[in-house]
Formats: sequence, C-alpha cells, structure tokens
Amino acid sequence: MGMATESQFHVLAVDDSLIDRKLIERLLKTSSYQVTTVDSGSKALEFLGLHEDDQTNPDAPSVCPSNHHQEVEVNLIITDYCMPGMTGYDLLKKIKESSSLRNIPVVIMSSENVPSRISRCLEEGAEEFFLKPVQLADVIRLRPHMMKTKFRDEKQEQQEKQRIPEEKLDKQDKKSELQKLQQDQQRQQLQKHHLEQQLPQQPQLQLQQQQQPPPPPPPPTPTPQQQQANSNKRKTMEEGLSPDRTRPRYSGLATVV
Amino acid sequence: MEVGQMQRQWVDYTKSLFLEGFLDGQFLQLQQLQDESNPDFVVEVVYLFFEDSEKLLNDLTRALHSMLFWLATFECFMKVCCFWGFRFLCIFFPPSYRDQPSVDFKKVDAHVHQFKGSSSSIGASRVRNACIAFRNFCEEQNIEGCLGCLQQVKQEYYLVKNKLETLFRLEQQIVAAGGSIPMTELSF
Repeated sequence: MGMATESQFHVLAVDDSLIDRKLIERLLKTSSYQVTTVDSGSKALEFLGLHEDDQTNPDAPSVCPSNHHQEVEVNLIITDYCMPGMTGYDLLKKIKESSSLRNIPVVIMSSENVPSRISRCLEEGAEEFFLKPVQLADVIRLRPHMMKTKFRDEKQEQQEKQRIPEEKLDKQDKKSELQKLQQDQQRQQLQKHHLEQQLPQQPQLQLQQQQQPPPPPPPPTPTPQQQQANSNKRKTMEEGLSPDRTRPRYSGLATVV
Repeated sequence: MEVGQMQRQWVDYTKSLFLEGFLDGQFLQLQQLQDESNPDFVVEVVYLFFEDSEKLLNDLTRALHSMLFWLATFECFMKVCCFWGFRFLCIFFPPSYRDQPSVDFKKVDAHVHQFKGSSSSIGASRVRNACIAFRNFCEEQNIEGCLGCLQQVKQEYYLVKNKLETLFRLEQQIVAAGGSIPMTELSF
C-alpha cells in the first residue's frame, strides 16, 4: 500500500489567490497527491467537463464514474469559499446538482470563521470545512474522504448491473456503504482496542490516535467505538462547529476577528 | 564571516522575527514545505506576496483618496448650493455620495480582505492584524479610520518586507559559503 495508492489520488484545487494556490499545491504534493489548480469555479467546472446539458439531463449515465464526460478522474475537490464570480458555495452546489459529479467529495476552505457559513456548506454536502491558512494537519484529514469514494465507486459498479433506479440506488448505496464502513471501522477499533490492552505503549497506535480528530465536546463522552459509529458527516459537523476545537490558530482567529 | 557564525546569526534573526510578532507559525509551515525538490519555495511564495501586496496597496490608496476627494468636493458643493438655495443641484452628484459611499467601502473592504488572506498565508501576522482593524473601519464606513489603517498596513508591510529581505540575504550568504540553513535549530 502506501505511496503507490496515494499517488493515484487526484485533487482539484480551486482558489483565486495565486499565493494560496501555490501553498495548497505544495501541501498536497508533499502528501504525494496529484494536483491540478485552477483560479475560478467556472474553470473548475470546465476541467471537470461539466456542461450545461449535464445538469438538465437527468438520464445522463450518472452512477458509473467511468461513463461520465470527465476526461481526468478527480478524487477530491478543495475550493476556496470567497471568490469573485462563482463562490466556493456555488461551485459546491453545482457539483452536488450534477449527476455525474456529485460523488466527488468537496472540501471548502475559508479565512473567515463564520458558523452559519460552515453549517451551510456542510448541509449542502461538503465533507469538510478548513480554516485558512490550510496546514499539513488538515491535509491528512482528506484521505478518508477519498478512500470512501473509492469504495463507493466499486460498489456502485456492482450495483449498476442490477438496474436499480438511479436516485434510490444512490441513497441505498450511501447507506449500505456507510454501514459497511462503520462495521469496518468498528472492527478496526476493536482490534486496536485489543492490541492496546496488550501493548499500551506501542508508538504506532499513538500516532493513529493523534491523526484522529479531537472528540466532540463532553456531555455524552463517547467511547472511541461510539464515536466511530457516528457517520463521518456528523463528525465533521460537530468538529467544524465545536467551539473548543483545540487548534491554537483557530481559537486565535476567533478571538481576534 | 565563517559559516557557523552566519548560521547562528540566521537562527537568532529568525527567532527575533517570531518574538517581535512579525512572523507566526504559518511561516514555519512554509519552511517545512520547502525541500530538495523545491528549494526556493519560501522565497517564491514571499515574492508573490510582495507583488500582490504592492498592487493592493496601490489600489487601496487610489480608492481611498478618490473617495476622500469626492466626499470633500460633495461637501463643498452642498454648502454652496444650500447657501444659494439650490439644494436640488445635489442630484447631479453620483448617487452613492448623496447618501453614503457604501459601494466604495465594499470595494476597499474586498481589497483588504485579499490582503488579509495573503498576509496570513505567509504568516505576516502584524500585517494581518492591521488588516483586521482596517476591515472594522470599512464596516463602520469610517473614512478617517480607514486612512489611518492604510498608513499602518503600509508601515507594517514595508517593515516585514525589509526583515524578510534581510533574512533571505543571510540565507544566500550561508548557501554561497557552502553551508546549509539550520532549520532544525528553529525550535521554540
């Protein structure tokens, strides 16, 4: 595994600022992703091969990723929120409306910590909301989203053959996919837990724990297993909105602005 | 000067920039992203910031001064017209000035927003903080406040530019003398 699979992931980065494009490109490349950068939402749609007829034609071959009009496969789109013309939110909506593109995970970046903006983007289907400037720790969190779509794509190809109506299939698929993912994660967690009991000081385990986002604020105090059992989306919501997210620059921004 | 001495000087200088608040952790991130495959990454990004900033500062100066000019002219015109009982002549003025020049404040705010973004992307924290204050005055539509902030942003920008250029010169000298940049010694 490792490098070989990572380099197959292709990220499309959208930002109107040249400095930020340079920065995000470098960040993603050091994580050995393949990167394409564009400076506007409309150029991003052009790159994705989204034409007007795609949106209006619901019969377009939608679920199978190899069938749509896109020349290059894109595994994730990361876009700035505040751009002249088409904003990141508009781009997100266009992508989620398009039958051929809606499965591509979208991540929004913004320099402003506006809770309503964050929840609006997550409701519209964004996977994550990063505060700018984006850091290496943020980029690490992109991977699970790309893995998820890879699994989903494979599953969809199988289900395509069974001729289930498109809308239904998408929902069912998402559900079963999520269940599968949760089961997998639970299993992994259990294994980890088991291992942890045997070898509490193992460094690799500590690393894995560090990579996981901080747990949501107390009252229910979820155990790691419960937390994993939450859907990924919920997790991002809670995390994005949680006021005590323990990132110094985040809290710094919140107090200064 | 021998290499070791220059390296020490570089470490001390960089640390002073952080301690005096010219730079923040984001600049360290940039340095971490620089490696053999991309040896000039920091310099490239920082020079992009210089280019961008100078253009923005020009735009801001022009926008604010034209606003100030029109406001002053309008005020003068108003006085004359009112004095002569021809207040209706004010309708010949651009509509935004009859009420409040909010449109222009939005334009100024957009520039400052951009400036704030680029300065936080390279970790120029004092410039970023000046931009935050600037945006508050834009929101209040306070032109005197805006002009004061423009001066402050300019001052902070030229200060950090000077400091960064000195830092890069030091780096060039170290590399020319066959040394490497002692990044690992930058622990706080």
